[in-house]
Formats: sequence, structure tokens, C-alpha cells
Amino acid sequence: MSKYTEDDLREELKTKEYEYGFYTDIQSDTFPVGLNEDIVRAISKKKEEPEWMTNWRLESYRHWEQMIEPEWANVNYVKPDFQGISYYSAPNSKPKYDSLDEVDPELLETFKKLGISLDEQKKLAGVAMDVVIDSVSVATTFKKTLSEKGIIFCSISEAIRKHPELVKKYIGTVVPQKDNFYAALNSAVFSDGSFCYIPKGVRCPMELSTYFRINQAGTGQFERTLVIADKGSYVSYLEGCTAPSRDENQLHAAVVELIALDDAEIKYSTVQNWYPGNAEGKGGVYNFVTKRGLCETNAKISWTQVETGSAITWKYPSCILKGDNSVGEFYSIAVTNNFQQADTGTKMVHLGKNTKSTIISKGISAGKSQNSYRGLVQIHSRADNARNFSQCDSLLMGNECGAHTFPYIEAKNKTAQIEHEATTSKIGEDQIFYCNQRGIDTEKAIALIVNGFSKEVLNKLPMEFAVEAQKLLEISLEGSVG
Amino acid sequence: MDLKEKLVSSFLAFENQVDVDSPIHDVRSEAIKTFEEKGFPSKKEEAWKYTSLNTILKHDYSVFPKQENALEFSDVKKYFIHDIDSYKIVFIDGKYTSHLSQTTHDSMDVCLMSAALAKPKYRLVIENYFNKIATKDSLSSLNTAFSSEGAYIHIPKNKLVEKPIQIIHFATGNESAVMLQPRNLIVVDENSHVQIIERHQSLTDNPVLTNSVTEIYANKRAIVDYYKVQNDNENASLIDNTFINQKQESVASVHTFSFGGKLTRNNLNFFQNGERIDSTLKGVTIIGNKQHVDHNTLVHHIEPNCESHQDYKGIFGDSATGVFNGKVIVNKEAQKTNAFQANNNILISDKASINTKPQLEIFADDVKCSHGCTIGQLDESAMFYMRSRGIPEKEAKALLMYAFSNNVLSSVKIPEIKQRITKIIATKLGVKIGFDL
Repeated sequence: MSKYTEDDLREELKTKEYEYGFYTDIQSDTFPVGLNEDIVRAISKKKEEPEWMTNWRLESYRHWEQMIEPEWANVNYVKPDFQGISYYSAPNSKPKYDSLDEVDPELLETFKKLGISLDEQKKLAGVAMDVVIDSVSVATTFKKTLSEKGIIFCSISEAIRKHPELVKKYIGTVVPQKDNFYAALNSAVFSDGSFCYIPKGVRCPMELSTYFRINQAGTGQFERTLVIADKGSYVSYLEGCTAPSRDENQLHAAVVELIALDDAEIKYSTVQNWYPGNAEGKGGVYNFVTKRGLCETNAKISWTQVETGSAITWKYPSCILKGDNSVGEFYSIAVTNNFQQADTGTKMVHLGKNTKSTIISKGISAGKSQNSYRGLVQIHSRADNARNFSQCDSLLMGNECGAHTFPYIEAKNKTAQIEHEATTSKIGEDQIFYCNQRGIDTEKAIALIVNGFSKEVLNKLPMEFAVEAQKLLEISLEGSVG
Repeated sequence: MDLKEKLVSSFLAFENQVDVDSPIHDVRSEAIKTFEEKGFPSKKEEAWKYTSLNTILKHDYSVFPKQENALEFSDVKKYFIHDIDSYKIVFIDGKYTSHLSQTTHDSMDVCLMSAALAKPKYRLVIENYFNKIATKDSLSSLNTAFSSEGAYIHIPKNKLVEKPIQIIHFATGNESAVMLQPRNLIVVDENSHVQIIERHQSLTDNPVLTNSVTEIYANKRAIVDYYKVQNDNENASLIDNTFINQKQESVASVHTFSFGGKLTRNNLNFFQNGERIDSTLKGVTIIGNKQHVDHNTLVHHIEPNCESHQDYKGIFGDSATGVFNGKVIVNKEAQKTNAFQANNNILISDKASINTKPQLEIFADDVKCSHGCTIGQLDESAMFYMRSRGIPEKEAKALLMYAFSNNVLSSVKIPEIKQRITKIIATKLGVKIGFDL
């Protein structure tokens, strides 16, 4: 038996290519590069938006102009040239599809490569999908089944046209236009995204899912997701992302807003696998994302994320626990390799009484990557009996990578109970030895340990995604996940 | 004129008092430039996010206190750990006072910074060690610019110092408000062992601001045991900048007891420049009213096989605020590092608050690093247990809080200090029990 060591694994990690790095030749309609008020107006016009939306975008744009790019994150990169990218790109074959048969076959081929055959999905009766390629929603499946329940699941541009009252009421309430640099940019130029509304007391019968893909070169992707769970409803939402391999850095600046009204529950899962750049650290996606959820009384929001891609990740899915007894959860696995840099974590803002939050964050760094956890737990003075538990563990492979934790904990109430724990280590030789001794070879042993290390988070993913997430972790586990 | 301008302009007056031809003066001039550039830190800086200096900087401090202020030993006896024999270096309003002090030049130097800066026989040590590890941040630079007095301790090779050294700074408050900038240098050579106790005490209700810098060098296999007792009155503020450079196999520990003062900021920095080093940072903070205590620690693991232990406990009442900002950096070369960091806090009032940020920055893979941090209350079932056995509420609470901080006290190596701290804790908690049950 050839001996499989951690070094071999590291070698493999280095050489493993990005599987989703293909480019689909779809004719697309791309705006000239640069950003100004005219471009913002043109995007709005292209989307046939009402005037209030155009004004909202312009307002955001004006805020954005005043803002400066944040530099506090623990990442180093060449700042994107915001005048050097195109802010709108759409597959231009046919804007609307009534059934899958009308979809551009090239596009379907793309989905097949992504491992998401829409056809199959349809038959499996598992997941309703909204697919966003280069900023524009191209296909939404299962619309009929969902509409019977009163669930609205469509692209956000469609929602702006068909359900303006809902969009107007909620957009920007959780992530205000001037929240931060990238959120302001997104608010000005977002081209599409998903919209979801679950009516009172309805339990969404299937997982809702969005697939994002950047296809065109030199474009930025700015999508906006708005999920509203009305009183007593439940929804589980999945999100996946890939991009072709390119030498230049592509920008992805999304905003996700979740609103859980009284007694509602939202489960939001992400498998992020944007192109991470090649082994020399060239290219890759800049992922600057603002995700935030608002919990009303007794509501619950749960974020689960598996972050394996992107050259730079800058992402903090947060919960504002406004209502009494609300619950916020954050489960994350972040894997960085080669020259990837991730600065990710969460914010839990406890405003209501008896609010609870749990943070489990697992970071695995290999190659020359840097992986940081940055989190904030804030207990306000009226949040009696607030409870938080945080755990962030890091696993290091090789001595050229780094793992960092920056937890901020602020308590202003004496009844608060907060625990924070963090550990950093490598896979112990004694652990490997223990496995070897029991007839488990080193490759399997490493897989076993890494799998065990991330299990707490993997378990939180819905079935359909857990499979894919494990597939992604395979990059580091190579054929031994079972 | 704000304090910064005042300080910068008084530097010219300061130059008249000191020897401007000595090489140290170049260091000072450089430092005042750095301070002029950077100014006092504001809340916008990450390291000062939770501590604002605005309220303490608004006073009109006199930078050069009047010359002589005498104190009788009987008046200040209680501020000394008087039940043990010790060397003493005592300053009143920044000036050395010989009749309260007990220094020595017998086989080691326990004396004054002003003497060390002036006399040629100390030149080599000053050149090698003075301002070598203090960082170039604005407050340390400010101290460097005005550095002229403080404690100078040099323990040569293979020397066990039998009695502890007490460094005490009194502020008498004959002036309206006073700013003090003591500068200490402590060099402990190979195989030597020393215990040092440092205290700042204001004897006035006038505001006092102390910006102190201490540089400590623990050379090969040296053992340095340092205690900071901070139980000042509520108009006194302290910014303490301590830098410790450790060489291989040295053992250094700093215990910080923060019970008083309006604003206390402890910048405690350990640099491990050698293998098999052991560093300990421990602290107990018990404050109330509107007091503010900020512990900002850094342990920089530079070489392999080293350990660090941090344990900070805090109890915050009334409208007090506490800050803990602990940072552990493990360099790529520092394999087999063992770094442990814990910060536990209890809030006992609705208006008290605590901000804590335990940070790890790790670049080596074969390490064991962990940190833990908790915020909570006194256990009600434990309270019930004691009360059902006839222990009054106040005493029961005090017992629990004492037990909470006992982890830190247990590693104090001078029994008299432990007793003294226990007494202060009892007073703080308003009980008359001795805890030595």
C-alpha cells in the first residue's frame, strides 16, 4: 500500500483544478463598461422598472459615490476598478421561458455541467429553482406548484413589476442602501436576483433554490435576494454559485435580505464555489456580500454556508434578533487553499428579550491561504436573558497558511450569558496513528478527521445540498467521503 | 490650547532641563515628532475602539509638577506592602524621594533612570536596551519624548534578588491637575530572578493622568515576576505601557490587579525571542461606579516550543465598563507553540457593560492555541445553597466572586501580596470576611 500522507494531500490540493471553470458561449447583451447615473437609469429601464425603483437606485448610487471602500478586513487584494467593469450582462437569446423546452440548449448544457439538470430536478420533485446567469434570472421551475400555496417565487425584477407593494415595503429595510460600500453599489446597480414570499402559516413544501453563475468576461455580478416569511411560515432556501476560470478578477457584490415575521422560520443555505483563482493566485472572484436577516417575535433564522471558492471572501451573514424569543443561528465551513483569502463570520445583534444565538464556524486553511473568522455578538441593554454560544475552530494544513479569529463581544445586560471558544490545531499525528493502528489508511484517516471536524455544520445542510457540499469538500478529501 | 499642543510646546522647555547632547536626546526628539504626527489615539483606531480618552484629556494638566513635595512615611505606609522587607523606589509627583526609598548598588543596580541616563557607567546598558522594544505608538512615543525619570533596575548574571522591589508613584495634587510620565527600564541577565511590585497612587481629588512606559528584558533563563496593583482613587487615570522581551528559557509573569481609577488602560506586550519561553499574563478586575478598565494584551510567539498563558477575570458593577482585547500572534517559524487565553466576566449591574475581543492570528500549523471567553452571572443555585446554610446574601455573593477570581490569585508567589489583594477584594465587595476559610 502506498503511503498517503498529509503532504500528498497538500500536493493534491495544490494541483486540483477548478471543475466548474468552463465558459459557455451564449450570446449575451452586455452594457458598456463604467458606472454613472445614466448606466443606473439604463439598467432600471432595461428591467422595465417603475419610477420609484429608479429613484431608489439613483439615491443609492449617490450614497455610494460618497463612500469609500472599507479596508478593515484581513485581506490583501488589488482593489477592483469600479469604472472598468460592465454592470449588466444578460443572455440575450430569449428573455422569458414558459417551459424548459424553450430554453437555449447551450444553457441546458451549462446546467448539466453544473450538475443541476433542470429536467431531473423536475422529476425528482425536490427543488424549485431560480437560475441566475450573469445577473439575470433565466429559469424558474415549479412555479405552478408553488403558486397553488400562494407562495411567490420569482426573479426580483418580475417581483418589482408584479408585486411592487411587497418589494417596496421590505427592500432595504434590513440592509439599508447606505449600509456599506458594496451594499450601496448593489442597491444602485443590482440587475436581478430572487424574490420569495411565503404567506401566513404556509410551510413551503419544497426547498427553494437559486443558482448563480458569472459567465461573461469583464462583468460584475450584483444580485439581490429578498426572502419574506410571513407570520408562522417556514421556508428553506438554497443558493449555489460558480464562475468560469479567468485570469482577471471578477467582482461579485450581492445583497441578501431575509425577513422572518412573527413565528416564522427561514433556513438559508449557501454553497459558494466561485472560481478561486489558479494555483499561483491569479484570477478568481472577489466575493463581497452583505447578508442579513431580521427576526420578529419567536422567529428563527438559520444561516448555513459552505465556502470553498472565491479569491477573496468578505461575507458576514447576520441576524438582527429584534423580537422577543427569536433565534439566530450561523453554521459555517470555510475552506481556503492556494492564495485564497477569506474573512468571514457573522453578527448576532440581540435586541429582544430571551433571544438566543448559536455560532459554529469551522475554518480549514491549506496552501498559502489566509482564513479569518470575524464575528460580533452584541447584547443590548434591554435584551434580558440573552444567550449566545460561539465556537470557532481552525484546522491548518501546512505552515504557509494562516488562521485568524477576531471575535467582538459586547454585553450591556447583566443577565446575558455568553460563551466563546476557539481552537486552532493541525491533524495530530497521534490521531492518524490511532486510525492506522485500527486498519484505516492515512488517506481515509485524514478524510475521517476533516469530515468529523466539519460535521456539525454539514449536518445542518438540507439533504440535497449536503451531498453537493460533501462533493465540494472532496477537493480536500479526495474520494473518501462516504 | 489642547493637551497635545501643550505637550508639544512644553517639549522645548523640557529641553532646557536635560542634557541635549546625549544620544538619548535624539531618541526623544524623534519620539516627539512621532507623537506630533499621530496625536492621541481616537476611537476610530481599532485598538481604541472601546476606550475613549476624551474625558481625561480635557483637563489642563501641568506637565512639570513643582519640585519638592514631602510626604511622611506614616501617612503613606498603607500603600506599601510594608510587612515585608523590600527595596523601594518612591516618586512623589514624578520626582524621586530618597527618604522613603531604599535603593542599592551592591552587586546589582536598583536605582533611578535619571542617574542611569546621566552617568557614563550605565551607558552600555542604556544603549543596548533603552527604547529598544517600546513600540512607536503615540502614547509610548509621548513618554519616550519626556523620559527622564523612573526606576532603573539591572540584575547581573546568576543573581537571586532575595527581597522584592517596590516601585511606587505618589501624586500629591498640590497642583490643579497633573500629568506624570514615568519611564522604567528593567534588565534581568542570565539565570537571575527578581520580583517587582508596581503601584501608582494619587493622594488628591484633583485629576491625575499617568502615562507610564516600562521595558523589561528577561535574558536567558531569567525569571521575572511582576505585580501591578491598581487601586487608585476615582480621579486618577492610568495608561500603562509595558513591553517584555524574553530570551530563551526565560519565565516572565505579569499579574495586574485593577480595582480603582477613573480610566485604566493596560497595554501589555510580550515578545518571545527565543525557544522554550514561558509567559504568563493574569489579571483580576473588580470595578464599579463609572470606572473603566481596558486590558490590551499582545503575546507574539516568534520562535518554536514556547508557551503563553492568559487568564483575565472581571467583575463589573454600577455603570462600569470593561474591555479585554487580547491578541496572540504565532509566527510561521513558531511551531509547537502552546497558547492559551481565557477571559471570564461577570456583570452585576444593569448599567455595566463589557466588550471583549480575544484575537488569534496564527501562521504556523503545528500549534495548540485556544481561547475562551464567557460573560455570565452568579450561579443562582450556588447562591441558594449558601443562603440555605445561613450565609447572608452579601457574603455569599462575595464568596462566589472571590472564588471566581481565585484562579488568578493562586499563582501569586508573594503571600503578602495575596493577602493584600484579598483584603482589597473584601473591601471592594463590602464584606468583612477574610476568605481564608
